[in-house]
Amino acid sequence: MKPTATYGLMAEFDTPGEIVKAARLATEAGYKRVDAYTPFPIEELAEALEFHHNGVPLVVLVGGILGCLSGYLMQWWIATVSYPVNVGGRPYHSWPSFIVVTFEMTILFAVLAAVFGMLALNGLPQPYHPVFNVPRFAFATKDRFFLIIFARDAKYDVVKTRVFLESLNPHSVSEVPS
Amino acid sequence: MDDRTPITDRRAPVIEPGHTFATVTDKISSIVLTRPTSNGWIVGFGVAFLLTMGLLYAIGYLFVRGVGIWGINIPIGWGFAIVNFVWWIGIGHAGTLISAILLLLRQSWRNSINRFAEAMTLFAVACAGMFPLLHLGRPWLFYWLFPYPNTMNYWPNFRSPLVWDVFAVSTYATTSLLFWFVGLIPDLATLRDRSDNRWLKMTYGILAMGWRGSARHWARYETAYLLLAGLATPLVLSVHTVVSFDFAIGIAPGWHTTIFPPYFVAGAIYSGFAMVLMLAIPIRKFYGLEDFITERHLQNSAKVMLATGLIVAYGYGIEAFMGWYSGNRYDSFLLWNRLHGPYSFFYYLLLTCNIFVPQVLWIKKLRSSPAWLFLISGVILVGMWLERFIIVVVSLQRDFLTSSWGMYYPTMWDWMTFVGTIGFFLACMFLFLRLLPSISIFEMRTLLPEAEVKAE
Repeated sequence: MKPTATYGLMAEFDTPGEIVKAARLATEAGYKRVDAYTPFPIEELAEALEFHHNGVPLVVLVGGILGCLSGYLMQWWIATVSYPVNVGGRPYHSWPSFIVVTFEMTILFAVLAAVFGMLALNGLPQPYHPVFNVPRFAFATKDRFFLIIFARDAKYDVVKTRVFLESLNPHSVSEVPS
Repeated sequence: MDDRTPITDRRAPVIEPGHTFATVTDKISSIVLTRPTSNGWIVGFGVAFLLTMGLLYAIGYLFVRGVGIWGINIPIGWGFAIVNFVWWIGIGHAGTLISAILLLLRQSWRNSINRFAEAMTLFAVACAGMFPLLHLGRPWLFYWLFPYPNTMNYWPNFRSPLVWDVFAVSTYATTSLLFWFVGLIPDLATLRDRSDNRWLKMTYGILAMGWRGSARHWARYETAYLLLAGLATPLVLSVHTVVSFDFAIGIAPGWHTTIFPPYFVAGAIYSGFAMVLMLAIPIRKFYGLEDFITERHLQNSAKVMLATGLIVAYGYGIEAFMGWYSGNRYDSFLLWNRLHGPYSFFYYLLLTCNIFVPQVLWIKKLRSSPAWLFLISGVILVGMWLERFIIVVVSLQRDFLTSSWGMYYPTMWDWMTFVGTIGFFLACMFLFLRLLPSISIFEMRTLLPEAEVKAE
């Protein structure tokens, strides 16, 4: 199969208000494969793209539970099974002493899950991405807002999609080569 | 009310009016990308670098000769190493407080100081982490502290607070590093897109990992960042609590007390904010960042210092009260020894630095003067160092048996190591200011009025 020559069509906007409106209109027009790029997080934008649930909280919860269990079980196993040390006749399974390390391990695993889970779900690190082929895209990390409709969208059509994007009154529309 | 309102209220603004996304971006990234390295930076870094070399020399000599080159002895086995460890790790706490707790409390003024406060945390924890390792006697075997399967069939003793400390501090260091790095990713992408130099573009590009600011990425990013803040908040409180357990679980007079955890945490934040101010005041002046680090930030930090300082004062009061009220002769002797013993001068100096002098922060005029704040912060840092000195040395110096009493005198190597870590800390800060955006650019953008999505 020959790869599509175009990755998508990208429209550039000046303000956060415009990009949110454009994203909402694009989803309302029936486009499914749409994304927006902004220099800072805009909560309303994810809503406009109908992206309501991300997997990060679940990943962090699983990480925290794993950390908690492995922390406690490790200490229990070491103190009672592998290396029991009699300190003044105190019980081997002295659970109050194990709370601190269990807590720290919970936090450690949850933090690692949050950071690496977020990166993995975002598909980062990603050395190459076609959107960087648009020269103006360098401003997406400064003060410009971009909306892209991907060519793999079922409703995508070179002419009609461009006309649609033009109707949103953008700063400019450019083709993203893949 | 959302978190952008403070801009319009009557208090001093968190960001001076007239800025746009572009000016904020350019102003902060120019420090890294376009401005030439100033002579002040070269001199400052040079001095810090020399001190770091002194540190390496002191450590090298320590490796050759052992901990006998320090002033520690029996009964005072802890000495400077533990004093400096607690001092540095306490300083680190303000960074996490600013970046995590103030984020959860929606204190958006934190956005312009959180980045370098987090960097401060990272470098302070690096300095702190050195001391217990150097104090081990055989520092090259430090990995014995971690539970790993080994041929000796040996495991750490998890009933020991010193092992808890290993877990607390290493978790804290990892979390601080990741939190700081996650915060940097979008700004690294900004630097990648702004720099003209190919080599810089590649370096920042690799570090930014291909960040492109997609709305879905931002949504996950914000969730992860918020959760990290939620995890870092109990963590930071636990770290100094565990540090205080190193003392409180022991039985030495003056250590075995339940006030230690909250009083240590308050002291940590107290000294940390003092360090934040000592860094922020010169940084905003030399890099012309008064628009972003405004009088409001200085005032708020001063108020935090005032509040935590009073908690610390309460801690001293309770210590003294319990020394008398417990009726325990060793505890009451400890109080007497602090007030009249051989180190009493330092105890009075500690009370002056930590309790009396900072009360001038009640005066609004002094609280809003950068020069005064810088000075008072310095006094507080000295005071907090003395607090740890008193706790470590005076308790060990004269414990239960007169036959085991002793005195502690730091040697030149103690001082060289301590001053060396200050140099190392400053050298790291200088490099950070030169190579990375010292203020979070993307979070500053969200503070601007134009960042608001207006309803149609």
